[in-house]
Amino acid sequence: MSAILLLLLAIPAAGLLALYVVPREFASRIGALAGVLTFAVSLVLLPLFDYSAGASFQGQIDLSWIQALDLRFHLGIDGVSLPLVLLTTLLTALCLIYAVRTTTRDGKGRAFTALLLTLEIGMVGTFISLDLLLFFVFFELVLIPMYGLISHWGSDDAHGGASKQQSAMKFILYTLLGSALMLLGFLVIHAKTGTFDMVLLQQRHGLGITASAQSLAFVLVGLGFAIKTPMWPLHTWLPDAHTSAPTVGSVLLAGVLLKMGTYGFIRIGVGEIPEGLHRYAVALAAFGVVGIVYGSLACLAQIRADGDLKRLIAYSSVGHMGFTLLGIASMTQVGIDGALFASVAHGLITGLLFFLVGGFKERYGTTDLFAIGRGLYGRSRRYGALLAFAAVASLGLPGLAGFWGELYVLVGAARPGPGLSVTAFHVYMAVAGIGMVLTAAYLLLVVRRVCMGTVTDPANENVLAHDSDLTPREWLAWLPLAALTLLAGLWPAVVLAAADPAVHTVLGARG
Amino acid sequence: MNHGFGGQSIDYTAIMPVLIVALGALGVLITDLFTREKRKHDLLWLSAAVIVIALIAELGLWIGGASTKPRLTFCLDSGHSTVLGCSYSADSFSLTIQTLLLGGTLLTVLMAPRRFKVPFGEYHFLILCSLTGAMVMAGARDFITMTVGLETLSLPAYALVGFGGRKRRGSDGSAADASTSGAEAALKFFLMSVASTAVMLFGISLVYGVTGSVYFADMQAVLHLSGYHASILTTGMVLTLAGFAFKVSAVPFHFWTPEVYSGAPVPVAAYLSVVSKTAGFAGLILTLEIAFRTEIHNLGTLIAILAAVTMTLGNTVALRQRSAVRLLAWSTIGQAGYVLVPLAVTTWNGADLAKVPVGQAWNLGPAVTASVAYLVFYAAMNLGAFGVVSALGGTLPGGGELADYRSLSSRQPRAAWPLGLFLLCLAGLPPGLMGLFAKVAVFRAVISGGLTWLAVVMAVNVVIALFYYLRWAAALFAPVTTAPAVAGAEAGAAIEQRSALSRSIPLGPRIAVGLALVVTVFFSLYPAPAFK
Repeated sequence: MSAILLLLLAIPAAGLLALYVVPREFASRIGALAGVLTFAVSLVLLPLFDYSAGASFQGQIDLSWIQALDLRFHLGIDGVSLPLVLLTTLLTALCLIYAVRTTTRDGKGRAFTALLLTLEIGMVGTFISLDLLLFFVFFELVLIPMYGLISHWGSDDAHGGASKQQSAMKFILYTLLGSALMLLGFLVIHAKTGTFDMVLLQQRHGLGITASAQSLAFVLVGLGFAIKTPMWPLHTWLPDAHTSAPTVGSVLLAGVLLKMGTYGFIRIGVGEIPEGLHRYAVALAAFGVVGIVYGSLACLAQIRADGDLKRLIAYSSVGHMGFTLLGIASMTQVGIDGALFASVAHGLITGLLFFLVGGFKERYGTTDLFAIGRGLYGRSRRYGALLAFAAVASLGLPGLAGFWGELYVLVGAARPGPGLSVTAFHVYMAVAGIGMVLTAAYLLLVVRRVCMGTVTDPANENVLAHDSDLTPREWLAWLPLAALTLLAGLWPAVVLAAADPAVHTVLGARG
Repeated sequence: MNHGFGGQSIDYTAIMPVLIVALGALGVLITDLFTREKRKHDLLWLSAAVIVIALIAELGLWIGGASTKPRLTFCLDSGHSTVLGCSYSADSFSLTIQTLLLGGTLLTVLMAPRRFKVPFGEYHFLILCSLTGAMVMAGARDFITMTVGLETLSLPAYALVGFGGRKRRGSDGSAADASTSGAEAALKFFLMSVASTAVMLFGISLVYGVTGSVYFADMQAVLHLSGYHASILTTGMVLTLAGFAFKVSAVPFHFWTPEVYSGAPVPVAAYLSVVSKTAGFAGLILTLEIAFRTEIHNLGTLIAILAAVTMTLGNTVALRQRSAVRLLAWSTIGQAGYVLVPLAVTTWNGADLAKVPVGQAWNLGPAVTASVAYLVFYAAMNLGAFGVVSALGGTLPGGGELADYRSLSSRQPRAAWPLGLFLLCLAGLPPGLMGLFAKVAVFRAVISGGLTWLAVVMAVNVVIALFYYLRWAAALFAPVTTAPAVAGAEAGAAIEQRSALSRSIPLGPRIAVGLALVVTVFFSLYPAPAFK
């Protein structure tokens, strides 16, 4: 299994080299090949993974890299990281396939593909590294590629908002501030325990670090993850970044990059400095809940002339990630299961939504909610159906993936972990419930606005030429997401079978 | 070796690298007399050869085991401590710093741009002289030797700065105004440097008055025994440190830096930013961590504040710079702040460092290691960035405007990619892993030292610095846009400048940038050697 983990990093890296060896016309195809290959290799993890020992770290590699810094090249996966790794390789593969045509056209496929592959190395590495410092290195590795994607392939806000360079700069400055503080938190942990080893730290579960040191470490580490997740009020980089980013950039940003924050909270917050998390859990949950309501209200506000559909989905991410924060802050098995499930579901559903909106952009040259026309059912039946499917999945219709995560989170909040204020969490639960209703409201409004009604041509003129139903390429890239959304909704055990025992261990229960 | 009373024995092996450079300087000057005017440009290779030979001598010392068993020389029984007071030591600290100085100078010598207009004989002679001083500083273990080294470093530097061209009154007004002429820069540099040296000598004399010794190790022993804390001693120490603060351009002694860098020829600016600065840090580290070790609690706070102010000022002002060299100048001030940070550490995971007597410089402790490692990484990345700027814009005022570097990747991809990497290293973001490791080391030192506030200040600074490094790096890869319609003359000048950036690069800078790149990539993958 260790070999597989190494391959997950090595294949994109090899693809990266290959890009610059072969003529540039083949660049995007090489990228797609590398992406698919990585995904295929990651699928091998499924049968290899020992589910009876889902809680322990499997396939560990532990090599010393820089002794002076105590940096070890330590990889391994458990049930928490396995679903996230698969989500990452899947989404990257789909993005690389999707990008084949768009990038061959503008002749800069090589650099674009190179950025995507670098991004993949960083994302996969973050989820499989078991050394805090290595985790940090991979965490940082995603910044420059994403910056490049937004600033060079993005689009300026049509309504006088941030330009793509500004959005990209905002994204990278925000997240760098977060990760720099996160590094300080890691170093505080190291100063107290003398190790960066995440396996060891999780076993000790905060033992040996005083409560005050844990609090300090959690504030520093938590700020880093909170910016990444993003937690209200540190989310302001997200709408701009999403609005400016190219389609695949948005998909990976929402689908994977945000999960690095959730993952960090679960792995490091819950697993390694639990007392620090415990002290701030009530506040963290409060921010999460505010995020849920704020996200939905901001989405409702986007349903207007000039409202941007991409921005709307970005705000919806703030709401959905609010749920994951609430689940983590409840510090219960079911709450954290829910947070993890919601993360994966959000990756699938929001990834799909961003793809669909990207399709609008390609067809009509705009993502303006009122300019993309009405009656999509009448114009492109399948496209409309898929959009409606993604929307109801996102609002949490039972039977689809969006449902279970948020349900579990609410159950977790109903009975928060020992020592946490029950009253506060009940209030949060109620408010989050209101947030769910608002979420349903704006998503249904979007469906009504775009899919239903009499067929009107989009405001843009040269549209009819491009107006077409799903192309084969789009089927290829989007259908897997829809299928998995359905699968995870009907059979949540696909995610939780591996995750549940691992979460149990992360929470500190032994045996 | 014969440690007799009165007589001094000299270990010529230990001082071999310094001797080679000093004799090489004379050799270059003499060769210059017999070289035809047209061939003088090639003195560059002679100068480079001298440095390479000195590097080999340095390597010989490493292999000869000087890093584990230091070679001390110029020793006298000073009567203060049981050990001999030695003025010069070739140990792992001096060898690291000297190797760094030699490597740095080698790159600066090589990076001379096309049509570089200096009197080559004098230029190379002065650089090698200055290098001699820098190397002496790294090996010096008493204040007299240190001061001699410092002066030997500085005097040729004034003249080097003076080789900078006259102020250009180009049609592009802002660029010309921003650049200082070489003579003006040299004068500023000279006056401020002399003033700071005077202050430093005064400080040294006060410290000597209290301790009765000029040897670093003796001072520590005396202060350790007597526990003497008088305000006059503190004054002396602060004044002494001020002299080094000037060399490393720490606030409030930084004012000369941007002026002098932009007035001097770009390679000289690179030399000042790396070699002169590294020597300054070596002096600072030796003085602070050996001579004044018992007092580091008082001085530590001072250094911490100095570091915080230095990096914050350097980085914020760098945000507004528009010429390449000025941006790099302010960025070096910011970087100097990072190097200072570990020196402010007085405890290590709760253990008091002041109570740990350190006789020699080869075991200065983990915090100092972080500083030295940072210096090593900084030298490679900063020289790389300066190398590209020198090769492309070395003949333009201020190394060219940042706007001239826009879309460089489409014109000069082999210059744009390394420059992009060096800038990301300076910012400390992957793929510039070397810079990242450097910052991690510094952060780790400061967290272990319990100075969380300083760590947070530095974290914020890293973010500020990213803004200007990344803006420049991103501009390199910007897609080519059709030139905006500007008024005739101005556009003409701009196009002329841009085309200057498109010319082919001579061999010297190619080697310099290539070497910096190799070192950068190597340390990015395997930085361990720098931490030893």
